[in-house]
Parts: sequence; structure tokens; C-alpha cells
Amino acid sequence: MKKTSFLSKQADSLQPSGIRRFFDLAAQMEDVISLGVGEPDFVTPWSFIEHSFHALEQGYTSYTENAGMLDLREEISNYLLGSFGVNYDAEKEIIVTVGASQAIDLALRATVNPGEEVLVVEPGFVAYVPTVSLAGGTPVTIQTRPEDDFKLTPELLEAAITPRTKAIILCNPNNPTGAALTGNELVKVAEVVEKHDLLVLSDEIYAELTYEDVHTSFPAIKNMKERTVLISGFSKAFAMTGWRLGYATGPEEIIQTMVKIHQFTMMCAPTIAQHAALEAMKNGKSSVDYMIKSYEQRRNFIVSSLNEMGLSCPNPGGAFYAFPSIRETGLSSADFAEELLQEEQVAVVPGNVFGESGEGFVRCSYATSLKQLDEAMRRIKRFVDRRI
Amino acid sequence: MQEQEVELLQLIEKNANLEPSKIAKLMAVSEEEVRELLRSLEEKKAILGYSTLIDWAKVVQKEEVTAMVDVKVQPARGSGFDKVAERIYRFPEVKAVYLMSGAYDLSVSVEGKTMMEIGRFISEKLSALDSVLSTTTHFVLKRYKHDGIILDDEDDNDKRMVVTP
Repeated sequence: MKKTSFLSKQADSLQPSGIRRFFDLAAQMEDVISLGVGEPDFVTPWSFIEHSFHALEQGYTSYTENAGMLDLREEISNYLLGSFGVNYDAEKEIIVTVGASQAIDLALRATVNPGEEVLVVEPGFVAYVPTVSLAGGTPVTIQTRPEDDFKLTPELLEAAITPRTKAIILCNPNNPTGAALTGNELVKVAEVVEKHDLLVLSDEIYAELTYEDVHTSFPAIKNMKERTVLISGFSKAFAMTGWRLGYATGPEEIIQTMVKIHQFTMMCAPTIAQHAALEAMKNGKSSVDYMIKSYEQRRNFIVSSLNEMGLSCPNPGGAFYAFPSIRETGLSSADFAEELLQEEQVAVVPGNVFGESGEGFVRCSYATSLKQLDEAMRRIKRFVDRRI
Repeated sequence: MQEQEVELLQLIEKNANLEPSKIAKLMAVSEEEVRELLRSLEEKKAILGYSTLIDWAKVVQKEEVTAMVDVKVQPARGSGFDKVAERIYRFPEVKAVYLMSGAYDLSVSVEGKTMMEIGRFISEKLSALDSVLSTTTHFVLKRYKHDGIILDDEDDNDKRMVVTP
């Protein structure tokens, strides 16, 4: 008979994601239209899939280099230079990872010491806070405000910095709010970053999905490249979530330390996914452009529909999420989402699972077919009409 | 302006049934602007019609036969292939005509109720034209994809989980 728990204190103290609980609830219902999904509704473009068949037929079933196939790193390097004007050495400054999620984990483990604080912008992706804790760091959240369209301001950043602050995780464009900082806004953030000598983990997984301004990559800003780990991947813009393929680029010292951890904990990213990604980098542009245009149209559709029914929703500059205020209904985020699911079978994600400043909002993903989106808007309107 | 025309056409190319009010929201313009765009595109015959792609077999036992006919013709002085193509495409049985490079000149798609009916059309009408030198007829056995749409695409369900981060 065992007397004690075998769990580590740290793992045991992690809070389960609020999304998880809501998923369990939604999974039991039938005829659910889900706007709760953080991934594209498009299936991976056929040429990427077909290329992976070819690679399998050719027998590419073994490990690759720890940092990922050099071919692929070279393509990523060209792609980043062509798309965002940032230049990274394929041999030393790029690592291919198992999704951007692993890149975040590696970057934190490579840089954070116990007791050091890592700033996390909220509302934000649910994995940042736990990943910082698992790396031994202390997560410190910055609550962005609806009146700033949930954008990080230099003042908010400045106020959160202490002598122990080591790094900031910046997700731009942001999940769940869709907020996209412009080049000028990023420059102001960069000034504070430089003043306090911070490291930046710039999660730009939604970079391609920007609709108003051209995306500015954080390391493209003056003096930022030497203090930035750029994190991205193939999941969102390339519709490859299930392939689990991401990458990180940054100063050689950090990337090579990430490779070291990766080598001992993961060996390498899946070979077959790397081959599919190679095709995505070489010939994916037209498929990606088509998807981006579709997202933009759906964004226009969902934002005007939500505002029409009385849920105030600013136009998100990027990603594929609308983040409307539901305060008019008098409900909390959790109640709104739960009652909407029960009464109209539409799944949205309560904003508070992304941080306390998300309370009063819900996340609606518009990576959903227009037909489904249209029906979802009809149902939400019915629900809201009964409340307002 | 041209950008908007292209965006509108790309939207209705896949779904002619899309209401102007919805198009307006998707393009972030007013409904009146959409109607105006549609009117002008119809006027300049950029929009030639609004047809519906139907899988008749799902509704009635309607046997449709399609044949692709390779036609070699004698081009005419002065008008090349155009006159003879017109003689052919005016027949209502003919659904499409293309001038081809390669082994033959015109590719003609013919629809009929039976193979007999198509055979009769080819021998009595098409081959009987003075400028037609020869025909080779291929009957369509099964349609997998038509006009960019995969028929019988049974497995296009959303395979994503209901809620993900």
C-alpha cells in the first residue's frame, strides 16, 4: 500500500486549462457548431500531403538532424527573409521543433533560472504560464485592457518589470484577442525591452494572418534581433496543426542550447512532417494566400454580425479570432459560454480562461466554413435577443 | 475597383447562391455597392449567368450520357477554325467546344439521354458537316470531379475536436 503521492509538487500544482473543462462539456452535446477551435478548418493543402507520401515511398523514415533537416532550415531562412525581412543562419540560428509549443518550452528551459520572472501578456495563449512554471521561472501576467484593444502598451510593460524580470513572451498577432501590434507600437515596446535588458520570446505563429497592416516581426526592429527568440510554425497559416511542426530562430547561443535540450528530450521533429513542410515552404504560397483571404472575409462577416446583434467587437487585426464583449448580456464569460452551448449548441470559449482581463469576453474562432459561421451567428443572435 | 470585382467574382464563382447582404459583410462594403458591382459585371458580360451544379442521380433516375468527341476539321480560308466551331457549338446537344493543340483540332463535349442518341447526333449531324474530316468518340463512364467540385465527397466532415486552445 503506497503512502504518498508519486506526483511532483510542481506538476501537481499546475492548474488544468479552463479550455479542457469546457471541451468536456461541449464534447457531450450533439449538433454543436464550434467556434471554439484554435485551428484552421482547411485540411492541409493537397500538395503538402502528396509530397509526404512521396517522401515515405522514397524511404525517408529515419531520424533527421537534431535541429531539423538542413534543407528545411534553409527554406525557413529564405522564407523569413522574404516575408518579414529577418535574416537567420540556417546552420546555427534555426531549430525545427514539434510545434511552436515545443519551441516555447525549449526557449524557456534554455534561458530561465529559478526565481527569474517571465512576463506573460494576457488575455493570452493558455500554455505560457504553466510552461514558464515548468521551466522553473515565475510567471508574471500583464493584463491588457479592452480600451487599448487588448494591445500591450509600453506603460503596462514598464509597470510589470522588477529587478527579477528576465523575459517577456509576446504573442503577435494575439490568441485569443486577435490584437495585432503595428510596427510603431512594437518599436515603443522594444524601447522598454532594451532599457531593461529583457529577452523576448516572440510568438508569431499567426504572423501570416494579418489583415490591416503588414506584419512586423519583432527581431526586425532595431537592436532586437540579439535579444529575441522568434517562434513560429506551420500549424496556422499552412493548416498543418496535426503534423506538429514549428520552429524557433534566434541568437546562436540560445538556439544551440535549445538544440541540446531538444536532442536529449525529443531527438528531432517528425521526419515526415518536415518533408511536408519543405513542400509548404517551396510551393505553398498560393494555397496559403487563398486561406488568408478566406479568413479575412469571414472576419469581416463575423465582426459585423456580432456588432449588429449588440455584442461589441473591435476589428481584430490578425489571427482567426473575434473577441467580442458579452457584458451587455449581464452574464459572466463562463455563464455566457455554458448557457449558449446548452440553449443554442454553439461552442465559444469563455475569455477568462485566457487570463482575468478576458472576463466579460468570449473567443469566437472564425476558422469555420461560412455556412457554419452564418448558422452560428443566427443562433447567437437568438440567444442574445433573449438577454438584451 | 478591379480588386473588388475580382473578390466578388471569386466569392460567387463557388456559390452563385450567396446573397448580396452576405457578400457585403464578407467584403466589408455596403449591400448597395454589391448590387451595383453585380449590375455592372452583368452588363459587361463578365457574369454570363448563374447556374447550379446538380448531381441529378441523387434525385431522379435520369440517365445522362456524356461523350468527349475529338474532331479533325478542315479550317476555312479567312476564318480558320472559328466558322466550323460555330457550326458545331450552335447545336444544343453540344455542351462545350475547345480548339486544341495536338492530334486533333476541336474537342467537343456532347450530352444525350442514351449512347444511341449521341451516336445518332455524331453520325447524322457532326460528321455530316463538310469541313469535318473525322471524329473519335469517348464516352464518359464516371465523373469524379467536375468544374472544380469533387462529386461523392463523402468524407468531408470536420475532423477537429470541438474546443482547442
